[in-house]
Amino acid sequence: MKIEIITPDKTIFAGEGKLVQLPGLDGLFAILQNHAPLIASLKAGKVKIIDNSDVVAYYDITSGVVEVKENHVLVLVE
Amino acid sequence: MANLKEVRSRIESVNSTKQITSAMKMVSASKLRKAQNAIHNMRPYAEKLSEIMQHVSTSLGKSTVSVYTRQRVPEKVLIVAIASNRGLSGPFNANVAKEAMQHIGQNYLTQFKAGQVEIYTIGKKVFDFLKARKIDVAHRNDTLLDDLSMDNVKPLAQTLLKEFAEEKYDRIDIIYNQFKNAAVQVLTIEQLLPVAPQESDSTFTPEKSEDYYIFEPSKEEILHELIPKALTIKFYKALLDSAASEHGARMTAMHKATDNADELIKSLRLSYNKARQAAITSEILEIVGGAEALK
Repeated sequence: MKIEIITPDKTIFAGEGKLVQLPGLDGLFAILQNHAPLIASLKAGKVKIIDNSDVVAYYDITSGVVEVKENHVLVLVE
Repeated sequence: MANLKEVRSRIESVNSTKQITSAMKMVSASKLRKAQNAIHNMRPYAEKLSEIMQHVSTSLGKSTVSVYTRQRVPEKVLIVAIASNRGLSGPFNANVAKEAMQHIGQNYLTQFKAGQVEIYTIGKKVFDFLKARKIDVAHRNDTLLDDLSMDNVKPLAQTLLKEFAEEKYDRIDIIYNQFKNAAVQVLTIEQLLPVAPQESDSTFTPEKSEDYYIFEPSKEEILHELIPKALTIKFYKALLDSAASEHGARMTAMHKATDNADELIKSLRLSYNKARQAAITSEILEIVGGAEALK
């Protein structure tokens, strides 16, 4: 699935991945392949991405929102 | 005929001025590119954010009322005038200040007379301009423009949102130069708060999105989170636009100054050559006259 992480100043991640773990307002949740369409608010925490070659990357965020549709994960963070 | 030495020193001084203006033009050009990049980098975020917002709000229907969208009678008004800290950029700064005065005169005259209009200046030059015209500036911020980034803009935007929510102001307008291209800036007045009601375009039907998305935690809460973000971005965009416009305006002004210097040098050189020729002619006449007398 396609993952994009965008901040107001730049795009910090754009590419293919297997898993995205996000700090939702009500707790951590993860998005895998073929997830149902979703819009969720995020709180401060770490975003974890595992890309197709199993490389794990973390990004710190203070707040944000995520939209998932048709295997496209769009994370807007600050 | 002008004095030879006088003309020569004038040519020299115009020449050095020209060097300065053309150097300033170069500097502005490179700063402009940087500012344009910043706008370019911010654009995807702004676009996606408004897309998501639209998805949420269309599925919520028209019933949403947030603190920021509620229209109030504008009794207390805040005008945010965005310009720059530095001069030598043509009419860039003065235009913003003049527009602010005109805007108040046209729309908020009664509030202004009652002392209910406050002005927030961003950039030294607008402040100076308004102060020189004996207009009270309630707040000023001169440091923001030195290092324009989301981290710096956010606290200010949040303060404005908070003060609006607490009804310290009923309306917040921003005045800034919108960036069209390097030569064209469009002076713009935008209503920041309350959020102006707008017709949502119907490309995304509510029926579809109603069940389409899962909302986490809830639509209302997401919208509640998103509105301040969108407003912050709007404010940030205005600042970035203004910064790019400033460099564009300065570039144009310096370009014109360089051209003018070129012209001035040309005409000075002409009169210098004329003076020189006249001096030579009169010298020859003297010699010939002297030789003639010796005969």
